[in-house]
Amino acid sequence: MMRDNIINKKASVIAIVLSAMFIVLFFSGCTETTPEVKEKILIFACGGDADKLDPADVTDGESTARTDSIFEGLVEYKEGTADIQPCLATSWDTSTDGKNITFTLRQNVKFQDGTDFNADAVIFSFERQYNTSHPYNQYGEWAYWGYMFSDIEKVEKIDDYKVKIVLNKPNAAIMTSLAMFTVAIVSPTNAETWKEDAFKHPVGTGPFKFVEWVKDDHITVEAYDNYWRGAPKLDKVIYRVMTDPSARLLALQAGDIHGMEYPDPASFDLIEANTNLQILTQPGMNVGYIAINCGYGYNDSNKNGVRDANEPWVKTPGYFEPFTKKSVRQAINYAIDKNSIVENLYKGTAIVAKNGMPPFMLGYNDAIVDYSYNPTKAKELLTQAGYPNGFNTTLWVMPVSRPYMFDPTKIGEAIQSYLEAVNINVNIYQIDWSTYLAKTQAGEHSICLLGWTGDNGDPDNFMNVLYGANQCTLGTAGNVAFYNNTEVQQKLSAALQTYNNNDRAQLYKEAQVLIHEDAPFVYLAYANQNLVFVKNVKGFVLNPTGRYFFYPVDLT
Amino acid sequence: MKWYIIKRLLQIIPVILGVTLIAFTLIHLAPGDPVRTMLGQHATQQEIDEIRVRYGLDQPLYVQYFIWLGDVLQGDLGRSILSHEQVSTEIGSRFPNTIELAIAAMIFAIIIGVIAGIISATKQYSAADYTMMGVALFGISMPVFWLGIMLMMVFGVILGWLPIGGRIDLLIPFQRITGFMIVDSIITLNGAALISVIRHLILPAIALGTIPMAIIARTTRSSMLEILRQDFIRTERAKGLSERKVIYKHAIRNAMVPVVTVIGLNFGLLLSGAILTETVFSWPGVGRLVVDSVYSRDYPLVIGCILVFAIVFVIVNLITDLLYTFIDPRIHYD
Repeated sequence: MMRDNIINKKASVIAIVLSAMFIVLFFSGCTETTPEVKEKILIFACGGDADKLDPADVTDGESTARTDSIFEGLVEYKEGTADIQPCLATSWDTSTDGKNITFTLRQNVKFQDGTDFNADAVIFSFERQYNTSHPYNQYGEWAYWGYMFSDIEKVEKIDDYKVKIVLNKPNAAIMTSLAMFTVAIVSPTNAETWKEDAFKHPVGTGPFKFVEWVKDDHITVEAYDNYWRGAPKLDKVIYRVMTDPSARLLALQAGDIHGMEYPDPASFDLIEANTNLQILTQPGMNVGYIAINCGYGYNDSNKNGVRDANEPWVKTPGYFEPFTKKSVRQAINYAIDKNSIVENLYKGTAIVAKNGMPPFMLGYNDAIVDYSYNPTKAKELLTQAGYPNGFNTTLWVMPVSRPYMFDPTKIGEAIQSYLEAVNINVNIYQIDWSTYLAKTQAGEHSICLLGWTGDNGDPDNFMNVLYGANQCTLGTAGNVAFYNNTEVQQKLSAALQTYNNNDRAQLYKEAQVLIHEDAPFVYLAYANQNLVFVKNVKGFVLNPTGRYFFYPVDLT
Repeated sequence: MKWYIIKRLLQIIPVILGVTLIAFTLIHLAPGDPVRTMLGQHATQQEIDEIRVRYGLDQPLYVQYFIWLGDVLQGDLGRSILSHEQVSTEIGSRFPNTIELAIAAMIFAIIIGVIAGIISATKQYSAADYTMMGVALFGISMPVFWLGIMLMMVFGVILGWLPIGGRIDLLIPFQRITGFMIVDSIITLNGAALISVIRHLILPAIALGTIPMAIIARTTRSSMLEILRQDFIRTERAKGLSERKVIYKHAIRNAMVPVVTVIGLNFGLLLSGAILTETVFSWPGVGRLVVDSVYSRDYPLVIGCILVFAIVFVIVNLITDLLYTFIDPRIHYD
């Protein structure tokens, strides 16, 4: 009996202490205030974590969202535009043949680890990507080099503060490409220190220096006091990973964070009604489309990215007779009510597209009159083409959402019903994303949903990549409509070698007229990019490239 | 007992060989390609081929498996194809987070579930019984995702008592040593961090612990009801023992064997099944890691995670079996 009492008493004491602790902890939230912090720390919630923090070795937006605070390139985009201005290079001269660009480098700039910025750092940052015998080439895949920078033959040092980029052919898009994160300049000493692990210890010349990376949780950068433009206004930026959009918004409402990306369109009304929040919106650099397989591609046997005389046109695996006819493709354009899709399925996050690149880009042809929604006209065109009773086909629908294809399954179903109304019976086919990409690039589809987010802000990055005949390469096609109009390709190739912007724009406009007439695509939407901040975040500017720069931002 | 434990631990070897072999085959048979995922929409065939060779993905599947097995025996789980990070580092940085969450959820589930189960059983068909079993039914049927959002909305936004997601207030300085944040904040005598970590743990633990709590409550109730009807309980009562003593001293312990089984099974499931809770509460755990790695077909990472899960499952099952001997002295393993 005595022992029982002692145990009971002990248990009661423990229970009381535990309960008291719990109550204190639980309710401390009511009174607890974060310790008086004088530092300006901005917490920004991202939809995912970075893959790597080496700007040359990433292709995902989450990685570049972080590296853009740490690194800089020779040139950069002017705030809020896709125009180029000097950054780590103060000026440049292009040779008359357009094949040599000589850069004068900024002096008295130091990397965040104290290393001098000079020609050696520039050569290192480029050469490790293209020179396979470079000792640091083995530490990355350099996915963008072959695709965006293969026209660069070599980069040469002239003196400590002058470098020359030698191109193997003129390329009018190269300057915008040089503002991409891929060719940001990295500290060679840091790369030597960390070797294959340098991607976890990024060091650049940018306004913020790397502090810590807790995987799937947050990445912290802090102000680099010796930044050549002067220290940033914020003391720290913390990129916090919050994968669920509802949780991001709740955290923003509760004041746990200062900003977030990718708000759920369903909550736009809620955000606008909250006087403490601001939503920033801008047309994004992307296009979502339906690609109609025109039927012919080629095997690029020498992998030079150009169709040579010994590389004949062959039928794609997804060849489907009706889609080889222009009037059928036009009929499909007439059959689909794009306005309704954008309004109801993109939920106000996009605008209706009529051309293959977004409206703010050089060479966008606004004079083109889009196909209207006209099922009667569509039926007439089908009858003219010899299909008065329509036909059956299979629509490939992306398994994942992208900004340019907000809800592919619902969009696919909407298209299915629009086409059924003109007697085209559509089966829907879905498969996992990487297989989807591989198979559509191999031309296995007859008609598919896809889209594109631009890389460098240059029209070539849309027009040539998506609509050029050279891009009808079976297996790696960028042009998944396998649209092979030689005249269009000639104009696009000429545009890439034209340094005069007016002449260049004219060529792109002419190409768009031809593409519109041939109708290999149904352009659906250009998706906006949206960010939400609390009201006291000032100075954030959206960029068409979708990149985030926190240097001008302040917390008031 | 010692030999039993050694025998059980040795059983891990065939389990792991089997599990990894099946996982290895399945993930490679599934459509999709990590190299394409990594290089994106614009990769050339040449680039794809080069990377496949670099990661040994061009080798026959059995060769890949034996190379992987050889590396594992030397303590090397390889590097993630997508992030280039050591697989052991990737898992090691998230595993303590999931363990802490699972333990917190289980503590919540056991305390509430067992108490509710006992009260329901002892006061069968009372209002308390109906209420508690109603709540338990609600708990089992509630989607974790919805419950998480509701908890955040009520306790985070409306009442402002608890934080919304994450592991700690990022403005509090914190030193990572073991990766277990409660342990680290105690080792470093960081009171502010300890409070913040516990406050961040409460809502996800409730969200994750609700389903096991409901299962434990129902199991405890039925097990208790069965025990309370047995002869030895009648004898205790006939001896004149108070009802409290009958229940607390004799019935509960006997009723716990099935409850411990349920707890053991659920703990294993919590570790791997925390994905939804981890997503809603921005919890950097291993559940999210394994799903992301499956989506990106990051083979070394997927197999690494499965390897760790298999080991944890076997160990948790072993601990459960051993617990039986403490609860019920009639159970022997010798």
